[in-house]
Amino acid sequence: MTLTKALMATSALTLAGSTAFADGHMADEMTIVSWGGAYSASQQAAYHDPYMENTGVTIINDESSNEAVAKLRAMNEAGNVTWDVVDVVASDAIRLCDEGLAMEIDADEMLADGDDGSTASEDFGDLIVSDCFIPQIVYSTTAGYRTDLVGDTPPTSICAFFDLEAYPGMRSLEKRPINNMEWALLCDGVAKEDVYDVLETEEGQAQAFAKLDTIKDSVVWWSAGADTPQLLADGEVVMGTTYNGRLFSLIVEQEQPVGMLWDAQVFDLDGWIIPAGLSPEREARALDYIRFATDTQRLADQAKYISYGPARASSAPLVGQHATLGIDMAPHMPTDPANATNTFLYNYEWWADYRDDLDAKFQSWLAQ
Amino acid sequence: MAEQVLAADGTPLKASLNRALRRQKMRALMLIAPLLLFIMLTFIIPIGQMLFRSVENQIVGDTIPRTVEALDSWDHDADDIPPPPVFDALAQDLMVAVELKEHTRLGSRLNYEMSGISSLFRKSGRRVDDIGEVYTDQFVALDPAWEEPATWVGLLADPKWIAAREAWDGTGDEPAFIMSRAAKTVLPQTASIYADFARVIQTEDNDSPAEEEPWHVVYLALYNDLTANPSLEVTGPLSGLISSAAAAVPSFETEDVVATFEGFDDDWKNPEIWETIYTYSPAYTNGYFLNSVDLQKTNEGVAWQPENEQIYLTLFWRTMVMSLTITFSCILLGYPVAWMLANLPARKANLLMILVLLPFWTSLLVRTSAWKVLLQNQGVINDLLVWVGFVADDNRLALINNATGTVIAMTHILLPFMILPLYSVMQTIPATYLRAAKSLGATNWTAFWRVYFPQSVPGIGAGSILVFILSIGYYITPEIVGGTKGVFISNRIAYHISSSLNWGLAAALGAILLAIVLALYWAYDRIVGIDNVKLGG
Repeated sequence: MTLTKALMATSALTLAGSTAFADGHMADEMTIVSWGGAYSASQQAAYHDPYMENTGVTIINDESSNEAVAKLRAMNEAGNVTWDVVDVVASDAIRLCDEGLAMEIDADEMLADGDDGSTASEDFGDLIVSDCFIPQIVYSTTAGYRTDLVGDTPPTSICAFFDLEAYPGMRSLEKRPINNMEWALLCDGVAKEDVYDVLETEEGQAQAFAKLDTIKDSVVWWSAGADTPQLLADGEVVMGTTYNGRLFSLIVEQEQPVGMLWDAQVFDLDGWIIPAGLSPEREARALDYIRFATDTQRLADQAKYISYGPARASSAPLVGQHATLGIDMAPHMPTDPANATNTFLYNYEWWADYRDDLDAKFQSWLAQ
Repeated sequence: MAEQVLAADGTPLKASLNRALRRQKMRALMLIAPLLLFIMLTFIIPIGQMLFRSVENQIVGDTIPRTVEALDSWDHDADDIPPPPVFDALAQDLMVAVELKEHTRLGSRLNYEMSGISSLFRKSGRRVDDIGEVYTDQFVALDPAWEEPATWVGLLADPKWIAAREAWDGTGDEPAFIMSRAAKTVLPQTASIYADFARVIQTEDNDSPAEEEPWHVVYLALYNDLTANPSLEVTGPLSGLISSAAAAVPSFETEDVVATFEGFDDDWKNPEIWETIYTYSPAYTNGYFLNSVDLQKTNEGVAWQPENEQIYLTLFWRTMVMSLTITFSCILLGYPVAWMLANLPARKANLLMILVLLPFWTSLLVRTSAWKVLLQNQGVINDLLVWVGFVADDNRLALINNATGTVIAMTHILLPFMILPLYSVMQTIPATYLRAAKSLGATNWTAFWRVYFPQSVPGIGAGSILVFILSIGYYITPEIVGGTKGVFISNRIAYHISSSLNWGLAAALGAILLAIVLALYWAYDRIVGIDNVKLGG
């Protein structure tokens, strides 16, 4: 038994790399894992700095969120979890919860009530998509286009991606089936509410691939969120999909000739999980941090730094202006009524089931 | 017989010599011990352990042991769902798994084989605690004693455990529950599920089975035991309770567990779901290896994956072909450079050497991203070609996001690994050989091809092995510049490690890749001879 443990520990070490040992954790230190870049900076300003000031706890940032699921699994097998709070997208939270790697959260008991008097579970509503998931922001995968390359009639619909006649040129799409399959069906005449029912069938999948086939030769497939902004800025593509915050910084902060195409934007969630198996002391501290960082005011504060919508309903009225640019942030939120006239709801449960299967088909289709 | 030769201290010379040699060997071993230990701990053991996952499949048997056992008697060729006892077993297994939070883990494991099982387990897990409630109510109506935890403990616990619990002073953990041997023979199903119940209550909830009413599935098990064996004999104070229950069960209202499961989700009616569970119930499986060469396990044996899901053979083949292409372009580009380095005066050679080494000092990501800027459609190279007039503005070359991009970027990145061994081998070839060949009447070409080149082959061999082996495992560069036609098998391995969490499949793909490398190395040794590989000198 101890031998197995030792072996596990070594393999976890190789995977977990340089992260410190749990035993070395000081009583007043915690490691928070997030995505890095502008996103981590917004969390630092909105959550970490005030929390460290209030409590004296030192927060160590680790930018490993894109491989959080694999690393947490390795740490868990080695019995040595070195992270206290981890920022993941909702689908990863579901995976972690399924694997027993994240702690279950009782929202009403562990999270702060809303400023408007609502309980936490009412305030977050159906954004709590997993028992382990504490929602933080709503972001969307949406599209942008080069205003100078689309002629006199800028696109108003996501189906412009499939219209090579009106909008010739390359477009960039994410190198995975999620979102692309849904958009393909939507633009092939499937009603929004039927998309997942259709996609569940072989014929429906074939239909989606057939629609994607029509533009396959004109697509650059991206895998990192920064790809599309770069491709748009360099004029490599006329339109492309990415996260709305990336397009915000491209358009507003870098002033590139790019327009937002909010049509059929797909809402997705990002939030916190607490790893399973922390010592009671660390767990209590992680919960204390989470309670602070996900209260109404803190979530609204984050929107000052990045254009992602707070996950609490009660935070929306408190969203103010950009911290340095001084512009109103509300019109840049994916949840703003003007932007959210036509949105698409990503079905987590469905993708948890079909992701492996469709991914194999998608990769096979790409390779043909 | 000759007299034994003795050493100075009187011991036989042979033994004394042996001892000295052994001491020397030990010392040598001690010297390399830290390195050996380091390699064992950080390299061989983790890799071995990772590769082991490619066949490991205990999760199914460990999580739903009763179901796996019950499925043995299922005629799985009949194209029908299993009989009711399997569903009873599943209800009990699932109840335990839900309490241990293991059912979703099993669900995602089986979902790799068949889509939909993940949510099936998640959904059913939420409601499984209701199964058997009908029986609980009827047992309790029959005699309220069935509600009492004490009744169950009295019936099922080993007297040793009861004694140990009484002797326990309340500090630390309660003594682990021990099932009575008699109960195991008389009430096998009940004993089995109750033992799990007691374990879960003790370890997960830090509570005592003596204070908790059992789950509904325990009552279901008791009902099954009593109907299976109506004339069972129990001794002791609770025998009356059991015999009256045994007399009453035939008139009990029953629960159709199959229908209950179908009520959770229609998929339980689907024989394919059961087929999958059955196929993947053994503790070890070749399923991952089959999947990694586009095969699958089916009812009728091994079959090809549907055509629209085949990907891995293509990727393996592409990885091989492209790695070879990269290796050859490295030879073509590296040979002249190494030649120049070896034949220039030392000062100039050193300067050039720095240029060769410079890429090593730049981040891999920076180098790869730089290729993006150079190669893309609106990039530097295309702009230049358009400006010169080689290509039309509306017909720019596609140099990136395809196989070409991967070959160009990887050739550049791996070039030093070719140049350095070539250079060190070429340095040892005396320039006089070429002059001698020429003075004997050879043309420049003959002198090079017949005299110089054969002597540089060991360098080519060493460089090729390095470049080839590095490139078939490469992943970040193809990911960035490879688009869809330029990605390698390693990109799929990375996907399964970090995104889909299908480590078994990743391990199988990795094992195959390792086997291919070893096979190629063996072939190389047979054809060229590994002694002919030189890194220098």
